[in-house]
Amino acid sequence: MILLFLSSGLFLGWSLGANDAANVFGTAVATRMVRFRTAAITSGFFVIIGAVLAGGGTTRTLGQLGSVNAMAGAFMVALAAALAVLWMTRVGLPVSVSQAIVGGIIGWNLFTGSATGVDSLLKIVSTWVICPLLSAVFAAGLFVLARAVTVRSRIHLLAEDALTRAALVAVGAFGAFSLGANNIGNVMGVFVSAIPASSVHLFGFLHVSSDQQLFALGGIAIAIGIFTYSHRVMMTVGKGLFRLTPVTALVVILSESLVLFLFASESLEAWLISHGLPSIPLVPVSSSQAVIGAVVGIALVKGGRNLDARLFRRIAGGWVATPVIAGLVAFFGLFFLQNVFDLPVHRPVTYELSEVAIEQLRERALDDEGLLELRGVAFGTGRELSRALKEKTSLSMIDREKVVEFACKERYVVTQKRIEALDLRLLTIRQVRALQELSGREFDYRWELESALAAEDDQWAMLPDTRDNHLANKKLLADLRQLLDAFRTPDTDD
Amino acid sequence: MTSLFARTRLLESKIDEYLNHTSEVGLLFRETVKNFLDGRLEEFEERRGKVCDLENHADELRREVERQLYIETLIPESRGDVLGLLEQTDDVINHVKLALMQVSVENPDIPAELGEGYLELADYGSRAVQELVMGVRAFFRNTAAVPDYVHKVAFWEKEADKVAEKLKRRIFQMEIDLSHKIQLGNFVMHIDSVADQAEDVSERLSISTIKRSI
Repeated sequence: MILLFLSSGLFLGWSLGANDAANVFGTAVATRMVRFRTAAITSGFFVIIGAVLAGGGTTRTLGQLGSVNAMAGAFMVALAAALAVLWMTRVGLPVSVSQAIVGGIIGWNLFTGSATGVDSLLKIVSTWVICPLLSAVFAAGLFVLARAVTVRSRIHLLAEDALTRAALVAVGAFGAFSLGANNIGNVMGVFVSAIPASSVHLFGFLHVSSDQQLFALGGIAIAIGIFTYSHRVMMTVGKGLFRLTPVTALVVILSESLVLFLFASESLEAWLISHGLPSIPLVPVSSSQAVIGAVVGIALVKGGRNLDARLFRRIAGGWVATPVIAGLVAFFGLFFLQNVFDLPVHRPVTYELSEVAIEQLRERALDDEGLLELRGVAFGTGRELSRALKEKTSLSMIDREKVVEFACKERYVVTQKRIEALDLRLLTIRQVRALQELSGREFDYRWELESALAAEDDQWAMLPDTRDNHLANKKLLADLRQLLDAFRTPDTDD
Repeated sequence: MTSLFARTRLLESKIDEYLNHTSEVGLLFRETVKNFLDGRLEEFEERRGKVCDLENHADELRREVERQLYIETLIPESRGDVLGLLEQTDDVINHVKLALMQVSVENPDIPAELGEGYLELADYGSRAVQELVMGVRAFFRNTAAVPDYVHKVAFWEKEADKVAEKLKRRIFQMEIDLSHKIQLGNFVMHIDSVADQAEDVSERLSISTIKRSI
């Protein structure tokens, strides 16, 4: 049954492989600089590696936008995104799987009445502007550099050709790795909250988390997309949309890969933070947008000739249409699944502000007289609670979002058996001891469980939100997510 | 990957050798014409034979380069331009060979007062070929320098045209048979054709260079 539901995600992965891999190797294959077989094997292999080893960062951002918490819902969200991508591809526009999936998730949020993470949405939408801009800047800079190097080095045309080929394969591999790392969140991200966590050990020592298993599956779907369908799209991307020389093609691919990597790499984020530099949000961005941005960047350096403004406007129009279409398809598709097939498209969650919850909120400086009026009232959806908060309190939108998250009531039962099923090697001895202490206890709210753990041992407590603590807090959140998935009832059966 | 670079280097050396042959043919052209004008026919035939040998070897090299470029799908974007350039450069060698063959076959009686003009014409043709070869070399390594060489080829071609016209006028003002005048006039055309052909190649070179820089 899980595989059936996953099929839409695999379909989305396949179309990502067919379309986005073409962005990585399209120009190289179309100009016959790299053979399709070499391109397909290289990109297939590195997409899977990127997805499994570095796919976690962007997935979390999507998770914050809306946790699609039921398999049928996740199925529909991925299907809606895949259909939107397919439609746009048929219209002949380079589309963004990222935008499609965001549209799909918002469609799910609207249908199920779940609150949309505004902070996360803003973060994602802002990258839709930043990503092509950044790619254009990179491409312009790299193009000027490449031109200067080729002029100064006086390298022979044939040697330049051989070097460009080698560089295209190397940069293409890096691009495929970055694509896997950045975009696997789009393909499998919606399933992460919907599938119960269970890690496996391969060969007795290799630990593969449930997310990584999902990512590997998605990576394979992408690789199949590359082998089966990307050749045609590569020829279109390489020849139809814009004609580039091999060196400019290399610049485009390198800029695109760098942008995808910047928005996906947790190690780079760690490095930037450790050196006191501003970090980059880990968000799934669109390789198509990055490619278009890079081409525009090069065209501008060359004086803006060859730039087809009409085509550019059409492409930008597609970027607006994609999330809207995906959102609408998801909304109506979910209605269909729920009412015709009688499938649960979301796990019902109650939102209720208990006495203790209000007390806790007050301690966290979220104090408002109106909150008392909502004490003990149960809401069926986050949006209903948010609306009530708007009426009764004077809290800001961000604060209301925090209250809704706080009021989310789910039952967590800590049992010895569930603790043993966890991958305890990722935790410290003190953390495990604190967990054991909680064995047998039950909690109504996520924060109750988190507070109890923090009370047992400060290694479970979030550190003050400073730059230095960013990575430690991030690791703690990932560990907590593992616990919450494992202890949540009734999804996890003993 | 190492083998790709090794093969590339081999091909580079073949193209260089081909251009060396073209350059040598250009230099021999002037010397061979001079030998004929000086009446040193043995040396003339010896040098003409050398030009034929170089032409044959250059043909072989060009065919090898063409084959390798196609088989290994090298420089897909510039292949057409490179092959066109090499073929047209080969035509320059052919024109030199043809002009010398005409001289050898016809053995024209060249009045002494015209000798200097013919030598000047051959000299300008030779210079045009040298600049062309430099331009083609620059196309492979330093495209920024190509316009400079193209300009020089055009300059020598114009100089050659001026000399050719002057020579023809003098020939037809001379008190000799019309058939002799026509023969001497054809001889002027043959020698001048080398500079003309060099200019044709340089024009193509110019366009190919613009294409590479886009």
